[in-house]
Order: sequence, then C-alpha cells, then structure tokens
Amino acid sequence: MSTLEIKDLHVSIDTEQGTKEILKGVSLTIKTGQTHAIMGPNGSGKSTLASTIAGHPRYKVTSGTITLDGEDVLAMTVDQRARAGLFLAMQYPVEVPGVSMTNFLRTAKTAIDGEAPKLRTWTKDVKAAMAQLRIDADFAERNVNEGFSGGEKKRVEILQLELFKPKFAILDETDSGLDVDALKVVSEGVNRAHEAGNMGTLLITHYTRILRYIKPDFVHVFVDGQVVEEGGPELADRLEDEGYDRYATGAGAATIAAAAQA
Amino acid sequence: MTEITTEKARIGAPSAQPFINGFTEEGESLSPINANASKAPLAGEAVKRHSHGGGVGIPDSSRAGRLTSYNLADFKPLTGLEEDWRFTPLKRLRGLHSEVLAGAAPTVTVSGPDQVTVETVARGDKRIGSAGIPEDRVSANAWENFSEATVLTIPAEFEADTEVTVVIEGTSTEAAAQHLVIVAEKFSKAVVILNHQGSAVVSENIEIVVEDGANLTVVSLQEWNDDAVHASSQQAKIGRDAKFKHVVVSLGGDLVRVTPSTRFTAPGGEAEMFGLYFADAGQHLEQRLFVDHAVANCTSNVLYKGALQGRNAHAVWVGDVLIRKEAEGTDSYEANRNLLLTDGARADSVPNLEIETGLIKGAGHASATGRLDDEHLFYLMARGIPEDVARRLVVRGFLHEIIQQIKVPALEERLTEAVERELAVTNN
Repeated sequence: MSTLEIKDLHVSIDTEQGTKEILKGVSLTIKTGQTHAIMGPNGSGKSTLASTIAGHPRYKVTSGTITLDGEDVLAMTVDQRARAGLFLAMQYPVEVPGVSMTNFLRTAKTAIDGEAPKLRTWTKDVKAAMAQLRIDADFAERNVNEGFSGGEKKRVEILQLELFKPKFAILDETDSGLDVDALKVVSEGVNRAHEAGNMGTLLITHYTRILRYIKPDFVHVFVDGQVVEEGGPELADRLEDEGYDRYATGAGAATIAAAAQA
Repeated sequence: MTEITTEKARIGAPSAQPFINGFTEEGESLSPINANASKAPLAGEAVKRHSHGGGVGIPDSSRAGRLTSYNLADFKPLTGLEEDWRFTPLKRLRGLHSEVLAGAAPTVTVSGPDQVTVETVARGDKRIGSAGIPEDRVSANAWENFSEATVLTIPAEFEADTEVTVVIEGTSTEAAAQHLVIVAEKFSKAVVILNHQGSAVVSENIEIVVEDGANLTVVSLQEWNDDAVHASSQQAKIGRDAKFKHVVVSLGGDLVRVTPSTRFTAPGGEAEMFGLYFADAGQHLEQRLFVDHAVANCTSNVLYKGALQGRNAHAVWVGDVLIRKEAEGTDSYEANRNLLLTDGARADSVPNLEIETGLIKGAGHASATGRLDDEHLFYLMARGIPEDVARRLVVRGFLHEIIQQIKVPALEERLTEAVERELAVTNN
C-alpha cells in the first residue's frame, strides 16, 4: 500500500513575458488501488501537474510538497522518480532516433528493477504485452516512437506502463487523438495494469469518453490551476451533460473561452 | 611521375554562360552539337588548357575548376584564406604545407589473404599516378617528397573472405610523406582496412583503383595518439559497374584532415561514402569529400556523422558533389549530421551540389547540426534511465548508423567500444 501525496502545490513557468503561475495550490492524495480522474478545460493546468510530478525541468515548484510514502519526490531527479515507482504516460511522446525500442525497454526495465530482466521471460513478456495492445511485432526493432502514428505512440506508452509496473501511473491525456477502437485497447491495458495489483492511477483528461472504459473512484475538476470541485464518478456524468461552463464564473476570460470551445 | 600537369577543367561556373552551350533552364542539353568534351584531368582531356594562376576572369566557383598538379611549385604558399583551407588551423599543420617532408614515413604492415600482393615500389612505378593527382599544396608536398610507395593488389576475380588490414604506424613526429596505391582488379572483391595509429606528422596520398566490376570497401581509421597531425588525400577511380564503399573514422590525433574523392570513369558505378568522427576538446577533425559524376548512370550516397565534446573541439565537413553534363541518369545524395554534446565545440558543415544536367534520377543534400535534445533525455530519464546512460544511448544510436555500414563484425565491435571510450572521457 503506497500513498502519493500532493500538498498545496504552486508551480510556475518562465515565459517571454516573465514568470507565470500555473498551479495555484493543488492538494491531492492517491492511494494504491485508487483511480483519480482530473478533468478540466484546456489551459487549466492539468498537464502541468502531470509534468511536475515527473520532474520536467520546465516547471518550477515555488511552494508545496509532493511525497511518495513520505519520501520527498521534489528532491529526486527525473530518473530517481521513475525508479521510485512513478510513471508518466506522456501526452506527446517524443521520438528518440537511433535507440531501438528493444534496447530502450530493456535498459529502462533494468534501471527500474535494479537488475537486468531474465532474457527469455522478458522477451516473452514484451511480445505478449505488445500483442495484447495490438502493437505490430516489428515495432520492437524500430527506434523509440520514430515514425509511429499518434495512436501507436499512446499504445507504446501503455506498453511501458504494463512492463514497468509502477506504483503510480499518471496518464496525461492518453485518450486524446485516439479513435474508439484504440481507446478501448489502451483502456484495457490500463485496467489490466490496475487489476494486477499495486498501482494507483491519476487519469488526466479533457473528455469524459475514456471514463466509460476506465472507472474512476474520484473525480477532481481543475480550473485555473486549482481544484474547484471534487466528487465520485457521478461528477463525471454531470460534466458530460453540462460541460465546464458552470465553473466559468470567477475564472479568467481565457478559461471561459476554452471551456466554450470544449 | 613528376611531370607537371596544369590543366584545369572549368565547367558550369555559374557566371560563365558560354561554357555550356545549349544549357536550358531545366539544365538539359540534348543536341549532340553541344556535346563538347568536359572531363576531369584524370578522366580524359581537360576542356580547356590555361595557366593555373587563378582563372582568366572567371570566378573559381565550380569544383571542377580546382587546380590539380603533381608539382608542388604549382601551388602557392597557403595563407589560410583559400576556400579549401579556411577552416584549417595552418599553425597546427606542423610544416606539412611549408617544410620539406623529410621525416621517416610511418611503417606499413599488411596482413590478409595470401592472394593479395603487397609491393614496395619506387617513385617511377607505373601505377603511381593512376588514380590520384594532388588537389592541394599539402598533398602535392607529399607527392614531391615520398621516397617509396606501397602497392596493394587484389587480383582479378579474387574474392577475399577475410579483410586486408594495413597498419600504418607512426613512430616519429618529424614531418613525413606517405604514398599508398590500392588496386582492386576486375571482378575482385575485398575489404581493406587502413589503420592509422601511433604518433606522426604526415601527409599521405592514397590512390584507389576500382577496376570494372570490382567491389572494394576501404575503411580508413584514424586512431592516432593525441599529438598526431595527419593530412590524407584518398582518391578513387571507379570503373564500369564497379562498387566502392569508403568509410572514414576519425577519433584520435590533434589535427586530422581527410580529403576523399570518388571519380566515376565509366557507367554503372556505385559509390557509398560514410564517415564517423568524434572530436574531443582541442581536436580538429576535418573531412572534405568530392564525388565526381563525370559519366552516365552512376549512383553515389554520402553520409557523415559526428559528435563533438569539449572546449574547442572542431569538426569540419565539406561535401562537394558534381554532376557533369554527361552524367545523365545520376542518382546522388549527401548528408552530414553533427551532435554537439557540450558547450564550446564547433561544427562547420557545407554541402555543395553542382548539377549540370536535368536528366538525372535524383540529387539531394542535407546538413544538420544540433544539440542533444533535452526532450529526448527527459523521455529516457522519465523511464528510470540515469542521465549519463541516457546520453550514451542517444549518442551511440546516432553514430551506430555509420558503424553498422562497415559490415565487418569484429571492426564494428571495436569501433563501438572506441565510441564508448570517447563517451566516457567527459562522462557524458
């Protein structure tokens, strides 16, 4: 049983116009076995939260804490966070030329586990996981994400989630840009990882569509860098019917515009 | 072969319209009336003869217009302002451009199949001058000063199943001249590895003859000690339907300047030219290549990749591809990629493409120089991979594309290890 705890988190980025505060005091506690959905309009800071947990250098934490079972996550480097059990499925996975998927997966697995996986079972595990996610076998020989379509990249993110078995998975808009078939395949992958036991999930999404396949225990609504409403799965249903419009009061004009587009 | 040859071929200089009669906007010239001779000195008669003093009112902008001569005196002393020397720190040439090259040449030791003959010959041997002619002062200086040459012959129709290794071992840093001739006779097949090591200050001319239907790979490794200075002109003449693969790997030495050229002399030739370099702090690694498509239906593919790290690490790549009017059906591509691993390193990259006919299959050039991408590193690190391992993964992957072209497993392994050692130097 693990706990990922975020307390009063404030995060800024440097822009050409100066420092801009994106997260304005976010608190959230996730435990093993739970699925939390974070929903909100574009520009509300959802992805910033995901990248900050993973340690992307662009985001500066100005105050607040993130702890994993009491350990200070903010004091860890990016790779230490991953080895501690945090996994970020990225919204836009980058292509890494010259590094084959096979080599990458094995190197990462070795780093996370602290020892090289047994070659025979590992190859079998990778093949089986790829088949379940309907990823062509020849992807293993290709370079990391190189030439993959948007949907293929998202499947490969979930492939890693299943192989690396993190304590906490943060899915940053994994559903965006997927057609219904791909969405199902990806959701099944997340559910398998969840059922396998010791994982908590933070599911960041703009749409309610993925919540038909991945059932959240808690829903948090993000507007303008803060959680404005929290509830159970019924909140997601309500958002599906009403959208984000009713949160517009009091929020900035940009948020209203973004919500209206959604 | 010290006869003075001073002809110059001037074709396609942009400001010299009369040279290509009937040249249309599409670059086509279909009338036989316009089929005037235009060949490199080694490919036949030069299109024009005149003194080599720097052109008669015509800018020397075509690669074909470069002065070639066996005579040192034909080349003016270098100032460093010359187009082909502007990136080279002349002070670090240790006299290769200005002194008599009287030092002892690096020793040459050849191992390989018995059928491959190795001869040490005097300057007058008829094979000397069969594929090369100096194109710059340093090369001409070596030509003027070498005392004997090594001639390596792969006999006709012989297919070597093991590679021929030529160890060129420098033992002194007195400026010296070296000369090698490699002849792959008709329908032969071989891989020749030139392994430059030790300490030397040497200007080297390597002539490579790839006869009709032969298949030759030449890998030139520069794994010199830190104090070595090496200029190497490696000129290949490609026969009908012959295949030539040339790989330059420059890792060691203070200053290494390799100038490979490939000249097609009959149709159907194929050339691949690859390069890999890893410049460390203070190192100057330069490569200037030339592909001369002088005849029809030949293909060439050029790819050089380099990594640079440390203060004043300097790499230079200049790729000249010339597709002459006769070279219809040419298919050609050249590219250079550089990866800057630290601040303070510099890569100069100049891909030049001259096309004098529109009747070609393809011609392209590309160049890119960039840093190790922070987003690549973030992605790999977000999967638990420590930063140093992540950096090595990316650089190794980047350079592996060249190493895997060599197709000699033992050598590929050795070079992979050499790259690992380079990466370990500054713990990247």
